[in-house]
Amino acid sequence: MSAILTIARRELGGYFATPVAAVFIVIFLALQGALTFNLGQFFERNQADLVPFFNFLPWVLLLLVPALTMRLWAEERRAGTIEFLLTLPVTQTQAVIGKFLAAWAFTAIAIALTFPFVITVNYLGHPDNGTIACGYLGALLLSASFLAIGGAVSASTKNQVVAFVLAVALCFVTVVASTTLVVNFLSTNAPGLSAIVSRISVADRYQDFTHGVIELRDVIYFASLISFFLFLNAVVIDHKRAS
Amino acid sequence: MAALIEITGLTKRFGTFTAVDGISFHVERGEVLGFLGPNGAGKSTTMRMLAGFITPTDGSARICGFDVQKQGVAARRHLGYLPEGAPTYPDMAVGDFLRFCGRIRGFRGSELTDRVNHALHLTALEEVRLLPIETLSKGFKRRVGLASTLLHDPDVLVLDEPTDGLDPNQKHDVRGLIQSMAATKAIIISTHILEEVDAVCTRAMVIASGRVLADSTPKELAAMHPSGKLDDVFRKLTLQEAA
Repeated sequence: MSAILTIARRELGGYFATPVAAVFIVIFLALQGALTFNLGQFFERNQADLVPFFNFLPWVLLLLVPALTMRLWAEERRAGTIEFLLTLPVTQTQAVIGKFLAAWAFTAIAIALTFPFVITVNYLGHPDNGTIACGYLGALLLSASFLAIGGAVSASTKNQVVAFVLAVALCFVTVVASTTLVVNFLSTNAPGLSAIVSRISVADRYQDFTHGVIELRDVIYFASLISFFLFLNAVVIDHKRAS
Repeated sequence: MAALIEITGLTKRFGTFTAVDGISFHVERGEVLGFLGPNGAGKSTTMRMLAGFITPTDGSARICGFDVQKQGVAARRHLGYLPEGAPTYPDMAVGDFLRFCGRIRGFRGSELTDRVNHALHLTALEEVRLLPIETLSKGFKRRVGLASTLLHDPDVLVLDEPTDGLDPNQKHDVRGLIQSMAATKAIIISTHILEEVDAVCTRAMVIASGRVLADSTPKELAAMHPSGKLDDVFRKLTLQEAA
């Protein structure tokens, strides 16, 4: 446990030692703000809730989280520091979890900095703060899923651009899998597949959270998705050691 | 007592290319083994397998009795490994980087501070401890890597070209450092500088095409050629192999 935390601490420090932290947080907040207020018609809706905010959040995370994860392993591989890291007395599982926790903590900081939205909506009306808290919990789980997917992709390449594009594509698939467009397309062309594909979508699970519903099966779904990709991450690294 | 480093039938194949071909040897406490060989001879691959970074195709390596594959963490606790090019995290300050290495190895509090200070002292890095590693010259970076391998006073040191990129004075210092530690450790260094073998090694091993061509003291090795020069012996052995 202490090795995991030591790695996580170093990684988290790494975000703030480089412009990564500042650029990520500023762009995230600007994008999220612009989408919520303009496209989301935050004021025009005349409702005291954060529905537009939470509706746009997956799309912003989808774009920005892969930018965070693309360097996770690809950068270590390119700079050769992976050889340093993996010859320390730590297991690769500890290294994978340490890096993931650091990235997650960083994303959590960025998401927490959206607190002015909560203050605003509380100042203007009487929102259901329980629902909002639930939405934030969903956002954390959603970002953890994207981070786990992006980390596994990053482990498989030393090219950061490849890591970014592949991670965006994979996260995109998990978000749109349950949209009516995809479901209709699949049910006419591949009826057997449509039921399965819509089940793997993170969007529906996340929607439950933003409506203030915490279902055990959703939590288990997120936990399994994250664990699977972290496991895949470790397997990819192990496989690369042999070749 | 068993040798600190035991390598048995170690083999690494990349596809159809055999990088290391069934190498076996032992290194006892008090020995400094110099790895010699042309580029691509398999020196780094052997060291990487010993450090547990690459999985061998066949054979085994043990450090202080621990198998580097099956008991990797325990083996690496006794190992100080300097990868080729001495990769370190460029955005970290020298002192912070060493504190990270120490913490990973389980040191805390005043012991951590003492060990970092001692390693900084051994490698003459005290004056740059607050500087980010990326601002340092090549020689300093190499010494930061070296300091990280000495932090935990390991029984086994594996140094891949530790003096590469250093100026003559720094080379002299590093050789002095290796000599001063030689009596209490088992050390493997790889080098292209044949005079270095004369200066620090108690044993020299010539490797080409993944096989051991010669394994004896530097004196005996030099005597293998009428001129009595290591240069000539090296050329004779490795060119024969290529022909």
